[in-house]
Amino acid sequence: MAFQILLNFFIASVWMFMSSSMNARTFIVGYLIGFLLIFMMRRFFKQRLYIERLWATIKLTLLFFKELTLSNISVLLLVLRPNLNIQPMIFALPTDLEHDWEITLLASLITLTPGTIVLYVSDDQRTLYIHAIDVDDVDDAIDSIKNSFEKAIKEVSRP
Amino acid sequence: MTVLANSLIVLTIVVGVIFTLVTVIGILRFPDVYTRAHAASKSATLGVLSILLGVFFHFWFNEGHFSIQLILGIVFLFITSPIGGHLMSRAAYLSGVKPTVLTVGDDLAEVVKKARQNQLPPREDE
Repeated sequence: MAFQILLNFFIASVWMFMSSSMNARTFIVGYLIGFLLIFMMRRFFKQRLYIERLWATIKLTLLFFKELTLSNISVLLLVLRPNLNIQPMIFALPTDLEHDWEITLLASLITLTPGTIVLYVSDDQRTLYIHAIDVDDVDDAIDSIKNSFEKAIKEVSRP
Repeated sequence: MTVLANSLIVLTIVVGVIFTLVTVIGILRFPDVYTRAHAASKSATLGVLSILLGVFFHFWFNEGHFSIQLILGIVFLFITSPIGGHLMSRAAYLSGVKPTVLTVGDDLAEVVKKARQNQLPPREDE
């Protein structure tokens, strides 16, 4: 991915030298031309086109903002409810993410989603221990959210 | 246009203040450290974030100043605040703070106990 972006910048600067005008507009034109070239040559790269991973990242960000808003509204309703009948629970969530940054990202996302906080990551990094604030309406919903987050993260990290 | 911009500014700042207030109420009302961490790590993030966003919009629309520092502040807050919540509740758990009696299940107790036994063999002078 980094190689493709670097190559695209390189083509853009070559374009700037060829048209011998050093300003931002020429750079943008060169960058677009470079992207077109890379798109046409996509068979020769071992990895996916970098624009796909960029798009996956943007989708993950949007998902994150949606979940952040929902989590805050749920905490707001929970806090302002007159009688506080919550049932907290600490449960284990198996994960099959491999890299450190993926697990960090997943833990941060889980911490900012409705009613869950990551308490502990097991030593082999295969299990996350999560504190849920209200077990009966969250437990199933949580798992589906995890799956969607985990899938989105995998989509970003797929080479 | 000015009305629209101003109402956007007022809306974001009011939302931020409401969420910050909810954080305070949550910290006062919830029974133990873990449930309080929920209120503190989520609502406080969005609260401060909305206020910063409102300030950013105000300086952008009304003063014509595009403040990069505020954007950076928002990004830093986003990166650090869930880690802070995680670390505080983790430290609380590992130093033996019991969750509230309302807690239904605890999968972590076994693991921590086992890890303790493996890492710290019983001392001989005890």
